[in-house]
Amino acid sequence: MDLYTIAFYLFAVITLVSASIVVFSKNIIYSAFALLFAFFGVAGLYVLLMADFIAVTQLMIYVGGILVLVLFGVMLTTRVINVDMRTGTIQTLPAVLIVAALAGTLVGVFWTTDWRIMPAFPGFEKTAPRIGELLLTSYLLPFEIASVVLLVALVGAAMIARREKKAS
Amino acid sequence: MGSLLLISVIKFVAYVSIVLVTVIMLVYAERRVSAFIQNRLGPNRVGPWGLFQALVDVVKLLLKEDIVPKNAYKPVHDLAPIISIAVALSTFAVIPFGNTIELFGTQVKLMIADVNVGILYLLSITSLGVYGVTLAGWSSNNKYSLLGGLRSSAQLISYELSMGLSIIGVLMVCGTLRLDQIVLHQTTYLWGWLPAWNIFLQPVAFFTFFIAAFAETNRLPFDLPEAEPELVGGYHTEYTGLKFGLFFLAEYANMFTAGAVITTLFLGGWHLPYAEYLGLSPTMLSILQVLTFCVKLVLVELFFIVVRWTIPRFRYDQLMNIGWKVMLPLTLANVLVTGAVMLLIQ
Repeated sequence: MDLYTIAFYLFAVITLVSASIVVFSKNIIYSAFALLFAFFGVAGLYVLLMADFIAVTQLMIYVGGILVLVLFGVMLTTRVINVDMRTGTIQTLPAVLIVAALAGTLVGVFWTTDWRIMPAFPGFEKTAPRIGELLLTSYLLPFEIASVVLLVALVGAAMIARREKKAS
Repeated sequence: MGSLLLISVIKFVAYVSIVLVTVIMLVYAERRVSAFIQNRLGPNRVGPWGLFQALVDVVKLLLKEDIVPKNAYKPVHDLAPIISIAVALSTFAVIPFGNTIELFGTQVKLMIADVNVGILYLLSITSLGVYGVTLAGWSSNNKYSLLGGLRSSAQLISYELSMGLSIIGVLMVCGTLRLDQIVLHQTTYLWGWLPAWNIFLQPVAFFTFFIAAFAETNRLPFDLPEAEPELVGGYHTEYTGLKFGLFFLAEYANMFTAGAVITTLFLGGWHLPYAEYLGLSPTMLSILQVLTFCVKLVLVELFFIVVRWTIPRFRYDQLMNIGWKVMLPLTLANVLVTGAVMLLIQ
C-alpha cells in the first residue's frame, strides 16, 4: 500500500465512523462533534481527489459556518446534555424508498465519473478559475437557482423569527 | 526527496520557534508600550530592560494549578484551548516571508506550504478559530463564560464576512489566490516610481480589512468577548494555568498572523522598493527581503498595540451595527468600484 492509499483509507474511516456516530449517538453533543470530524474527513477526501478549492470551501462553509450555527442551537437548548435522544425507526417504507433513490443516484454518479486521482495526475492544477468560469457560463442556471433557494430560506427564517407586532 | 524533507523540517522548526518567541516578545512589547502611553514604567526589573519578564510569566503559567470547575464538561473544556492554539499556529503556514533562497543547491520558497488556494486556506482556518472560543465558553458551565463565548462567536462570524469581502478587491487586482503571486504582483511600479502595493491600489479594502482584523483578533476597540467590567473574564474565566496560557498565546499568535496577512496582502510583503537596483548578490537580497518583511510586521504590530491603548471599547450593538451596516456595504461597494474600474481600463 502506498501513501496515497493509506491516506484515503484514513480519511474514509474518519468520515464513516464519525458519520455513524452522528446518526446513532444518543447524546446530541457527541452528534454535533462527530459531524465536525465527518466534515473534516470529507474535506480530506476532496484533497485526495485534487479538488483543493472544493476542499477549502468545504471547511469554510460547512465547518466554519453551518456547524457553528448547529452548535449554537445545541448549546442554547437548555438541559440537553443528559437527555437521551430518541433514535428509533419510524416511517420505514418512505425512508427505504428515499434512501434507495439517493443511493442509486450516488452509485450511478460513482460509476460514470472519470475520477482524477493523485497518482495518475501528479501536481495540482488550478481549479478555482475553471470552477468560476463554468459557474458563470455553462452552469449559470443551477447557480442562480441555488442562490434563490438560499434567499427563500433566509426570508423564511426572518418570517419565523420576528413576528409582526399587531397594530394597537 | 531527502533534502526536500530536510528543508521542510528545518522550515517547520524555525517557524514554530520564531512564532513562539515573537509572541512572547509581543506580550513584553505590549506591556512596555501600554506603560509608555499611560506614563508608567512597565516591567523593567527582570533582565535588561525587563526583557525576561515575559519568559518568567510563561514559567509562572506552567507551574500554576490547573483548576477545572465541578460542573464543567471536562473533555470539551480540555479541547477548547487546544483548538484555539492549533488554529492560531496553522494560519501562518501559507504566509511567504521572503522570495526564494538557495539552500543545499536548490531554490527554496520561503513559505511553509505553497498552496494553490492559499488565501482561501487562510480564511477557512481562521473561521475555525470560533470553535475554541465558543466551546470554552459553553463547556465552563458558567453564565459569564457562556455570554463571552457567544458574543465572541457572533463578532467573529460578522467580521469574517467583511474580511473575506475586502480580500476580494485584492484578488481582483492580482488575479490569483496564491499568496506568493499576490506579493510578486506588488513588486512592480506604478508610473515607474510608486510601488504597486495594494494599499495604494485598494485603500478602502485595506481600511476595512484592518478593522476586521482588529475584530478577529478580539482586541480593543473590539474586545467585547472579555469585557472585564461586565463579563468578569469572558470565555476564559474558568481557565487557569497552562490552559489559560494557551488562550493567551493563541490571542497573540492571532495578532502576529493578522499582521503578517496585512503585510502580505496590502503592504507589499517582502518587497523592499528599489532594492533590486542595488546590485546585491541573490542571497543578500533574499536576506534583505526577509528583514523587510520583519520590519513591516513589527510596525503593524506596534500599530495594533498603540490602537489598543488609545481607543475605548464599543458597545455591543454599536459593534454589530458597524459590522453589518457600515463595513459590509463598504466592502461590497469596493468590489463593485474595483470591477468597474478594471473594466474601464481594459
